[in-house]
Amino acid sequence: MRTLIIAEHDGQHLNEQVARAVTAAQQWQQPVDVLIAAAHTDALAAQAAALQGVSSVLVATDASLQHATAEHLADLVVTVAANYRVILAAHSAFSKNVLPRVAALLDVNMLSDVLEIVNQNTYVRGIYAGNVLATVQSTDATQVLTVRGSKFAAAANGNAAGTQTLSVPAAAEGSRWVAEAFNKSERPPLAAAKVVVSGGRALGSADAFAEVLAPLADKLHAAIGASRAAVDAGYAPNDLQVGQTGVVVAPELYIAVGISGAIQHAYGMKDSKVVVAINQDPEAQIFKIADYGLVADLFEAVPQLTAAL
Amino acid sequence: MKALVAIKRVVDYNIQVRVKADGSDVDIDGVKMGVNPFDENAIEEAIRLKEKGIVTEIVAVTIGTATHQDVLRHALAMGVDRATLVETQDSLAPLAVAKVLKSIVEREQPSLILLGKQAIDDDAGQTGQMLAALLKLPQATFASEITIADQQATVVREVDGGTQTLSVPLPAVITADLRLNDPRYVKLPNLMMARKKPIETIALDSLNLSLTHSVKQLSVAAPPERPAGIMVKDVNELLSKLRTHQGIIA
Repeated sequence: MRTLIIAEHDGQHLNEQVARAVTAAQQWQQPVDVLIAAAHTDALAAQAAALQGVSSVLVATDASLQHATAEHLADLVVTVAANYRVILAAHSAFSKNVLPRVAALLDVNMLSDVLEIVNQNTYVRGIYAGNVLATVQSTDATQVLTVRGSKFAAAANGNAAGTQTLSVPAAAEGSRWVAEAFNKSERPPLAAAKVVVSGGRALGSADAFAEVLAPLADKLHAAIGASRAAVDAGYAPNDLQVGQTGVVVAPELYIAVGISGAIQHAYGMKDSKVVVAINQDPEAQIFKIADYGLVADLFEAVPQLTAAL
Repeated sequence: MKALVAIKRVVDYNIQVRVKADGSDVDIDGVKMGVNPFDENAIEEAIRLKEKGIVTEIVAVTIGTATHQDVLRHALAMGVDRATLVETQDSLAPLAVAKVLKSIVEREQPSLILLGKQAIDDDAGQTGQMLAALLKLPQATFASEITIADQQATVVREVDGGTQTLSVPLPAVITADLRLNDPRYVKLPNLMMARKKPIETIALDSLNLSLTHSVKQLSVAAPPERPAGIMVKDVNELLSKLRTHQGIIA
């Protein structure tokens, strides 16, 4: 039997999490295939074929796969599912949308956001916003799961795996893609950044959010993140939210500015290597998970820090 | 048009759960419970669609023991018309929940099926998508905006890095994100009135479903604590501490 990875991409580039999923997939010690489904697949297939540890790239090319719906992708995956004991992807908005649908079509359960693969059917995953780690075992014939990318190293390049062409089932009448809006940023993407500077409600306004955090993020080549409170208050767009309902990050350095540190926020950042918290309230929860805490007025401390770097 | 809202009773989101001493499960005896927050967004959205005259009837459903009626009462107090409890002592994995909900959908024939995008206890985030698959219906997950006209829902979805907009023919399954709306507070008079609204109870066994329990929880543990940090007195001390870590700041 084999393992199948559902690859996420933007139409031109493989998402950097795919290489991490390839590493996770090696745990089953069976051939690993990567599925590329897109309108134009040549460049994407080449990127997937280059990843060490990939046996074969399954290529599904069809105009209907431009902005493919979950319905269409799930139907496509099901056409090849019988060849696979394991179907996985890195945990993301994309995979959370598609893989549960695949699992239900196969009449199996699914394990979301797996942190550790203990053996071929046993996993550790977080429940209750990561406050509890559950070890779970699935007896399903097909193991369907998403893995947390930051828990697995990225597979290296240098491979030249072969490709196989898939036939694409007709897209069902149903959902239609209308539009998408991505917040263009010169900064590294939040989920993959080595340094993250995150702001909370204490920043007080969208202007302050930008004026205080952007210079520090520039100096550190950091991504900017936000707490839910800051997003709800309109200080930052929602795709910057770090936490249980936002993005989960695990950078080398996480600087939490004016963030109280609710459990839902901690869920999204407590795997960071070094955590710095700057907050005026000495009782703030965030200090319990910070390596270095500074009780200070952020409007003074952050510019000082930026200037000193 | 009829809307069905599926809700889950979970530990209140403010509570930090503890692990039982034997590591068998989480200890939720006597812990405050409530409606899963994302499901509350789903309820609120259904009520707003009814207030706009688009939805005419809202049915809420939950699965669990008789004590789970409290979350249905909460939904009724918010403004849901009817409620159904599918009664079972078992706790069900998302696929089993989806199978139960499918049979309720087949009975009720709603045009719109709303759920929260995930439950804050198991953090699986699967039920809506699984239900849509079993019903062979379109899905729109992580909705932050829903507009309905001419049997089509236009849904703005929160995706990594931004938003995506889908046009979805009804009937469909839509899962709610937190930013879809701000759920209303339940006032005491509404809670009193909700006591008079009907809750139908259906025994799970009477649905004749074949539910497999293929996922077993072997054990639970508290995550490793981060070692206690230190408080620094100023930015200079912070910088000198950071410089002791290889390469995190230049």
